[in-house]
Order: sequence, then structure tokens, then C-alpha cells
Amino acid sequence: MQLIYEQSTPGRHGIRLPASDVPVAPALPADLLRSEAAKLAEISELDLVRHFTNLSRRNFSVDTNFYPLGSCTMKYNAKVLENSAALFAPFHPMTALLPGGAEFCQGTLGLLYDLGQLLADITGMDEVTTQPLAGAHGEMTGILLISAYHAARGNRAKKKYVVVPDSSHGTNPASAAIAGYEIITVPTAPYGDMDLELFKTAMNDEVAAVMMTCPNTLGLFNPHIKEVSDIAHCHDALMYYDGANLNAIMGKVKPGDVGFDVVHVNLHKTFGTPHGGGGPGSGPVGVKKSLIPFLPQPRIVMAADGAIHLETANPEAIGRTANFFGNFGVMAKAYSYIIMLGREGLIEVSELAVLNANYLKEKLKPYYDLPYDMTCMHECVFSASRQLEHGVHAIDIAKFLIDKGYHPPTVYFPMIVKEAIMIEPTETESKATLDAFIEVMIDAAQTTECNPQALFDAPLTMPVSRLDETKAAREQKICCIG
Amino acid sequence: MSMYFTKEHEWVKIDGTTGTVGISDHAAHELGDITFVELPKTGAVVKQFGILGSIESVKAASDIFSPVSGTVVTVNDILDSTPERVNESAENAGWMAELKISDASELKNLMTREQYDDYLKTL
Amino acid sequence: MNDSHYCPHTAKDIREMLSAIGIASVEELFAPIPAELRATTFNIPPGMSEFETFSRMQAIAGENSQGMIAFIGGGFYDHIIPAAVDHLAGRSEFYTAYTPYQPECSQGTLQALFEYQTAICRLTGLDVSNASLYDGATACAEAAMMSLRVTGRTKIVVDGCVSPFSRQVLKTYLYNLNVDVIELEPLDGLLNRNGLDEVLDDSVAAVLVQNPNFFGCIEDFSQLAVQVHGVGALLVSSVYPISLGMLKSPGEMGVDIAIGDGQSLGNPLSFGGPSFGFIAARKSLIRNMPGRIVGETVDRNGTRGYVLTLQAREQHIKRHRATSNICSNQGLCALRGLIFLSAIGKDGLAELASLNRDKAEYAKSKLLTIPGVTVLQSALTFNEFTLFLPKDADNVVAALLERGIAAGVPLGQYYEGSEKCLAVTVTEKRTRKDIDLLVRELEVALCN
Repeated sequence: MQLIYEQSTPGRHGIRLPASDVPVAPALPADLLRSEAAKLAEISELDLVRHFTNLSRRNFSVDTNFYPLGSCTMKYNAKVLENSAALFAPFHPMTALLPGGAEFCQGTLGLLYDLGQLLADITGMDEVTTQPLAGAHGEMTGILLISAYHAARGNRAKKKYVVVPDSSHGTNPASAAIAGYEIITVPTAPYGDMDLELFKTAMNDEVAAVMMTCPNTLGLFNPHIKEVSDIAHCHDALMYYDGANLNAIMGKVKPGDVGFDVVHVNLHKTFGTPHGGGGPGSGPVGVKKSLIPFLPQPRIVMAADGAIHLETANPEAIGRTANFFGNFGVMAKAYSYIIMLGREGLIEVSELAVLNANYLKEKLKPYYDLPYDMTCMHECVFSASRQLEHGVHAIDIAKFLIDKGYHPPTVYFPMIVKEAIMIEPTETESKATLDAFIEVMIDAAQTTECNPQALFDAPLTMPVSRLDETKAAREQKICCIG
Repeated sequence: MSMYFTKEHEWVKIDGTTGTVGISDHAAHELGDITFVELPKTGAVVKQFGILGSIESVKAASDIFSPVSGTVVTVNDILDSTPERVNESAENAGWMAELKISDASELKNLMTREQYDDYLKTL
Repeated sequence: MNDSHYCPHTAKDIREMLSAIGIASVEELFAPIPAELRATTFNIPPGMSEFETFSRMQAIAGENSQGMIAFIGGGFYDHIIPAAVDHLAGRSEFYTAYTPYQPECSQGTLQALFEYQTAICRLTGLDVSNASLYDGATACAEAAMMSLRVTGRTKIVVDGCVSPFSRQVLKTYLYNLNVDVIELEPLDGLLNRNGLDEVLDDSVAAVLVQNPNFFGCIEDFSQLAVQVHGVGALLVSSVYPISLGMLKSPGEMGVDIAIGDGQSLGNPLSFGGPSFGFIAARKSLIRNMPGRIVGETVDRNGTRGYVLTLQAREQHIKRHRATSNICSNQGLCALRGLIFLSAIGKDGLAELASLNRDKAEYAKSKLLTIPGVTVLQSALTFNEFTLFLPKDADNVVAALLERGIAAGVPLGQYYEGSEKCLAVTVTEKRTRKDIDLLVRELEVALCN
């Protein structure tokens, strides 16, 4: 397809601007002005609409294809959530920061406050900040909160390390490193979670935090989680909960009850807000009481009379992690989702997410290696090691699935599983969809044995066949020249 | 010229007090198509097994650890524009840096070609 | 089991699935969670229908004051959004996809992001752009961290005229990294160049400035770039993208890294988000860029296509040594930015910028007729300017809010001694009538 710049014709516009009702201002001095206009597209509205409509048709999405991308919780995004968010489009965030301005924003501030309360209950925390803009941003915020906690107790210099299991999301060590910590990585035991004995050896009084995903990236609930948090607390280390997999446990277990001190929640995963082709997400962070003083500013608080106002000048706070109050539009959607599904609905979400994953796991187990063969939570991780004997890699299976109309599962993550295929069906997929997907996965396994070339050649039905990623990385052509 | 290897798959060729350093054919093959080699700066002082540079393919990034302590004398900056040379000739034209070796006794911490080949069989 | 329409199984489906797994109840699947750890409370209210949910949301939105005539900016700006932006970015093929890890079935998102990167490069006059960051404030922190990596130094100098929110976020990000952050006190709403001379040396990784700055003032940083490069540091400039329809681009000034908030490009105010942050840089800095980057390549048949590239910089491969921890970004907001810029077009953006400045200059001239009201003498401005009021700005703004006008941002809470300063923003959406009303109401408030 042509780039939009290749369709440009000088002088064309996609929109007419409002007419001016004021005099033309005297021009600025030339040294402040750009020498030539930025070469943006010059295209009519219809051509613009066709271009982006046709581009959109070159995507798989939840609304068009089953999208069992492990660790990403690609559930259906209810349409009413979009309508909800649109209601708040006109509200300027600065209004709330003006003197006396909070009074004029009680709806939006109240929504953030209430969402914080709901998330606090779901995660077993005492207060939530909605400021972090995505999961990894929440992680960094959470680790900075832990850092401030240790600093307030005179331990800033002493606490140098953050412990993560080797199955963790890459963002965990990256976020901790950005927050100034060195990383200790603990290997996974044959029972599919962080090796408890090695963890005990790794722990010492210089550890600031232990970051865990629970259920972990293998989709397994760590039965020793309480012991892990007790050991961490013995060393005055705090427990950080990566909420990427919260979809499995709503109403079943609360991170706060099993010893976690700080959690982040991915609203775009568990709470049904769309993933936007890469974002926006939203990563609110919940904390236990002892960390509340350090929450970022402005902090949204409720007065005795029920009015919501902003705390903006708490010297103990870690400061500010984003421009305003977080990705409000995403939070309006998540809030709608929670109040619409309600208590029973959220419990059902977790139950059916876990049911769907276990059903897929049982049905596919005869065809693919399952390195950790036990009851999983919301996702399961296979290995294509059996297919590798025929030269077929996880990526080849992924490309085969594309031709069959399925977005592939996550492949090559977690890194501890060779040729990993990580499947997260989510609760919104019907049995019929799962059965059809199972058939195709079985087809892939059988084709591997009789005609592996078919997998190497895939995909054949897309606008492009397999792309040369090496060329892209070496040539680094990242914008249209001209 | 004698050649020694590390467990992290780097090699060093010794010529008097000069050591030429690169990664092994095995490592280049494992990484796949190499897209970038981060070379050290001339004059940089490195310790044995300290980080000398890094190497990237499309889906992986690895550090290059120096097989010996010393000072970087020259770097193979042709790799800046043609990192694929490491794939084509990892143990020859794909060399990365030349070091002035500061402690020849460190060579005892390295493997010979035969020892390295045996080591590869254990992986 | 509750009958939610988002969970599609019938009782029969569930029975069959349980039997395939070989268990009798869904509850058995939760057996791996030790009984003593199970939740004992779950105090979420009961659910409701879609209609009731939306009604509730309407009621909540109704609790905000409606129809406020706003002359506030401070990083977020009330600009027109072409209808096509909502409709096209509202195509669920875009918004219900995720990060394009599988390029063959994600060419729509990938090509759009490539076009977005192109737009940002052309707008900023720089060589490379990533596929978006969270927002302008975090982009500022990412640019600082990028400069620290590139130079291997540990000091950041930031102009006090940079948005206080960006400076706070910068300090929060760098809190634990043993980095010196030196803030220069503004001088008459501009960069304090003598103050800079005193602190600029070869230990500085980057100097961070903003154009137009938080006071609304415009500067040419071309000479500054030469000075900063003279000590081997990088110049980072935060820019307001609409102003780039008119103002000298960061690239033309010799800026190394340009950043900013993309909200003004087709993203609604939405009480502060989602918007997106952009970052563009000189080509030599590409390997130190944070976040996703889309690159052009070919497929097996030589057909042009797009992929995520240079991923070895990123957290999912390099983990704790990644250039940033960012994973999810603000892709859909960046897409809105691209559609906005493509609809407005090359000449349109220049016209839009002029329209903004014309309105602001009109407002400035009228506001200056109010007795006792003055402006910063030296400063040239775009669509935002700082007034000196004869009274404390906080009280004036609070009074005008009651009259349905957000008159501007009082600067007292951000700059000591600026209690009488008011930053006023006028976008193309404010009519002459709105402006005249502001002038009248402000005059009344100042006389009382």
C-alpha cells in the first residue's frame, strides 16, 4: 500500500479551518520562524478516510480474530466503554489544579477516587494512585514508592537490590533498574515457580523489594507465595505484585492478603479497556497503609463532607510520575467495566478465564510438550520442542496460525521455556471458538510431521509474507525520506 | 599464533603482547543475523571477563566479555557498517578489537581450541 | 453462575469443558491457591446493565461544571479535532489490536506508526522518531535518561521555564540515579543565560529547555545549541507541536532531542489523558532511543512492509539493561496525531498556528487595556502569554471560575514571587466574543 505521503498533492486539504474573527497579528521576527513548512500529507478527506480504513483492514484485532496473545489478556472490549469515555472528552485537567478548581471537577475527580476504592478492594490494598500511565510505568512508580519507604527509615543507601524470578516480564528488571536498583535473578524450580531454596539464599538485608507476578508468566499460582513474602519481610524487603495476570484471581485471592505491599493493575488487561494497537494502557498502583505518605502528587483525597480535593504539596511524596491524573479516558472505561460487571461478574470473569485456559491445555496436551503439566490459571505455556525435531519452530507455528485467521499466541516468552507458546484465551471466547482454535493447533502439529515446508512458507494469505527483520535493523529506515 | 576461548564464547589470538579479540563461530551462529556490534573505544582499559562491548541480532543482545585484561589499541570499525562480517567470518575478518595485553598469566584461565570444542559438546 | 453477556458459555458448554478437563466444578481449578490465602471479602457492588452503566457515567460527567470557557493551557490545549479522527481511530481493527509483534497480520498499525514517525521527524526537523511515549512529561524524563546514557555523564541542567510538571516528573524519575539536576531560575520569563554560563561545563549531559515555555515565551535556541555542544552536552527541547506550524523547528536550531506532548494533535482533553509523548532525535542517537521503533523492510517477494525494529534495545530482550522500561505506549493516541496532522496538512498546520497566534495577540492587546494589567516586556509569544495583574491571580481566577470562565493559570504556585502572574492561553476555538467576555469579566474582577 502507498504511504500517505506518496498520495499527497500540493495544495490539498483534509479539513477547512474556522475563519478568523480577529485581526492578523504582526509577524514574528524571521529568526524565530521555521524556514519551510513541515512536509505533512496533503490529501482530501475522502482519500484520508480510504487510506486509514484500508490500513485498518490490514490488522488482526480482537474484534476480527481470536487473539490469544499470552500475558496480554486480549479480551473483548465492550462497546459501551467507548461511549462512556467520550463523555469526558471536553474536561480540561488544569481546571482541577486552579485555585478552587476541584469544586468544578467533582465528577471526574470522584470517578478517580471511586475507581481507586474499587481497585483497592480487588487487590487488598489501602489506597491507589491512578497516575501511572501503563503497567511498566506503574512498576517504576511502585519501586520508587518502596525506595521512598526505605529512605524514610534511614535505609536508602543500604537497600541496593531488587529480586525477580527468571520467569518475570522484562519490564520488572527494567523498571527496577530505572528506579536505581541492581537486579538479582532467581531461577525457576521444576514445580514452575521461583525456586524457594535459591530465593532464601539470594535474600539479604540489602534487598529493597521482591517483584512477583502471581500467577506467574507460566500461568501457575505459586503455592509458596506467603512463605516468599514472609521471608522478604524478615529482611525488611517489600513485596511488589505485577498485576499483569490479575484476570485469573479476582474475588479468589487478594494480593494484599498474601503479603504484597505494592501492586500495579493493568486496566487494559483485566478491566476490559482496549489495547489500542500498543496503548494507551493504564497502570494504577495500590499500596498498603505504610506507603500512603509517599504516593505521587496530586493525590486525590476525600474530605469529611464527601468532597474530593487534591493534595499537592506533601514533601514526603515521591513527586509526580505523569502530567496530570493518569490516562483518565482509560480509567473511565475501566470504571464502567467494573460497575457493569459487578461483584459476581468479576468473579465469573476469573473463573471462566481459568476454565478456558485449562480446557485448551487439556485438549492440546497430546500434541505439544507442556513443560509444567499442572492446573494452570488464566494461561498455559507449551513448548514447540517436539515440533523442533522436524525443524519447525514456535514462530513457524505462529505464522501457520495467521493463515488460518488466528492471531498467534505469545511465542518465545517466557524465556525459560524453549520455543515457548503461551496461550491466553480469556473469558470472553466461546467454546466454539476454542474448539476451532484447537483444531487448527492440532492441524499445525500434524502438518509439522507430514509437510513442515507448509509451515516454513506461511503466511501466504496476508498482504505481506515473512518480513526481513535483519534488513530493517541494519538499514534503520524509520521514516519516509523526501 | 595461539588462540584461546572463554566460556562466554569469545576468542583471543595472541601475537606477542597483542591480543586480537572476537566471538566464536558457534556464538555467531547462535545469535543469528547480527545487526549491530558495539565496539569499545580506543584507549579503553578492560579487565579479564569485563564487558568489552555488545552484539545484537534481531531477537537477542549479548555482552562481549574480554578474554584478557589490557588496553584497547584498535577496533574493527568496519563492523559499524557491516556487522554481517561477524556472521561470515567470526573468527577472522569479524574480529572486534586489538588489545595490548597487561597480564599474560591470565591466559591460563582460558580454553584451548580442543578444550573449547569439548566444552561446546557439553552445552 | 451469573449470566453476564460478556461470558459466552452456556451451562452445557461448561459441563462439557469440565468433563474434558476431568473435574466436576470450576472451583476445583482454584485448588492450587492454598485455602488459607483465599479472599474472605469482595466488596464490589452488584453489576448492572449496559444502559444503567451508561446512565451512571452520564450522571458522573454531569457533576463536572459544563461549558466552561477556558483560557488555560499548561501543557494541554483545546484544539479542533476533525471528525475523521474519531471515526478512523475508532475503527476497532486499530483499537482492539495490540503491539504489532506479528508483523504480517499487523501491517495496518505498523504502516500507520511508520507514517507517524515520518510526521514527527518532519515536524521537528530531526532524523528519527519512536512510535510514542506516555506523555510530554515522561518524554522529558526519558530524554534526560537518554542523554545520560549517550554522554556517560551525571548532570542535567533544566531551564526553570520548562513546565513545572515536566520538571517534577524528571526529578521523580532521576531520584535514585545519583544524578545532579540543576534548575535555572527563569529570568523575565526566559532562559537565564548568565545562570547557564555558570553551570555549563563538561560534566553536563544535557540542557533541557522548552519552546514556547511555560510562560508562553518563544526563544531561538540556535546559539544555545552551539554553546551546549561546545562542552559535549546534548540540547533537549520540549515543543508544542501546533506551534511548529510556524516556529523554527528544533532541528533547525541544532537541538539533539526534541520531545513534547501530542495531546494537541487530535486528542481530546479528556481530563488529562490519554495523550501521547513524542521523541525525535538525530540519527546517531537512535540506539539510545526508548520504546518501540517501526522500520521499513521487504518480505520474501520483495514487497515493502514494516516491522518493529531495533528491539534489542528494549526491555523484553535486554531486561535491566534496556534503554527504557516502557512496553505499552500510547499507540492509538499517536495514530490520532497522525490522522490529525494528515487531515490538517502541510499548509493547514501553518494556517492553524497563525490563527492561534492571531487570537492570542488580539486577546493580549485587549487585556492590556485593563488598567494595571501589563505583560512581560521582552517576550514574544505564540498562543499563551503571561499577564501581570494588579492583584493576586489566585483570587481573580477563583472568582472567574464562578462566572464560568477559566481565565488562565495563576503562576504563584509554580514560581515564588509570581503571585500576580496569570498565564492565558487562546486557541483557535475561542471566538472574539469569548475573548471580549474574558476581558470584561477580568476587568470587573480586578475592580472589585
